[in-house]
Amino acid sequence: MSENGMAIGDKAPALTLPGTDGAQHDLGVDDASTATVVYWTCNHCPYALAWQDRLHDVARDYSSRGVRVIAINSNDAGRYPADSFDAMVGRVEREGGWPHPYLHDESQAAARAFGARRTPEVFVFDRDLRLRYRGAPDADYDDPAEDAAWLRAALEAVLGGGRPDPAETEPVGCGVKWK
Amino acid sequence: MVAAEIQLLWWRGCPSWERALTMLREQMATLGLGEERLEVIEIEDEADAECLGFPGSPTILVDGIDIQPPDPEQAIGLTCRVYRRRDGRFSPLPDPNDLRDALARRSG
Repeated sequence: MSENGMAIGDKAPALTLPGTDGAQHDLGVDDASTATVVYWTCNHCPYALAWQDRLHDVARDYSSRGVRVIAINSNDAGRYPADSFDAMVGRVEREGGWPHPYLHDESQAAARAFGARRTPEVFVFDRDLRLRYRGAPDADYDDPAEDAAWLRAALEAVLGGGRPDPAETEPVGCGVKWK
Repeated sequence: MVAAEIQLLWWRGCPSWERALTMLREQMATLGLGEERLEVIEIEDEADAECLGFPGSPTILVDGIDIQPPDPEQAIGLTCRVYRRRDGRFSPLPDPNDLRDALARRSG
């Protein structure tokens, strides 16, 4: 573990969190996944909102290749009511459903275990749930044409049995709102 | 001395403020609005935010009027502000055209 949580090569922490779909989601039980993307997001951050469609597109584009995508919101809903579990459920309903689970990390234990710092911040794991990439989805929240290029490149590397280069980029966005 | 009629309110916890300041200075220069008309105010804590009715960083006021008035239900506090671009996209920065139009009304 690095000072920022997980280091490249670390195994994903055990994680069971409630989703807006009413189910409990366990990161470790889906052995069929060829790769796993876990990313931090929230309802109120403009950076997270600006990148959201691109991240949903990644989930849709890679589902047929066995890639599992999970979004987590760890923000303190006491200070930021827009990030409450009820607000998360309402948002997903308003948007007609998401292409992947949206989980609530009320205790913030997941954010601390991963070392998540920003929304959005993505973590890419290989089939063995070893961390292979962490950072931003792409170079510019303001340019949809970027199309989550860094995340897609990391997934292509992992699915091809290789290692993403770079393995880390600097996440850009709002800080995780700690209690 | 000319009283500042353009204000940028920003919070250190949101990274967009520097880009907002650059954008604002460039647009002001284009419209011939001098730097002395600009006041840059850091919002340091929740008390400041409450006192000034700060809806998030960055907030740009021209003659005390928000260039993109927030939703009346928008919470006050230390947060990154959500803007809508003219094409509907979400952004941490206002649409450059909205900023230009607001400043042009001041320069006109």
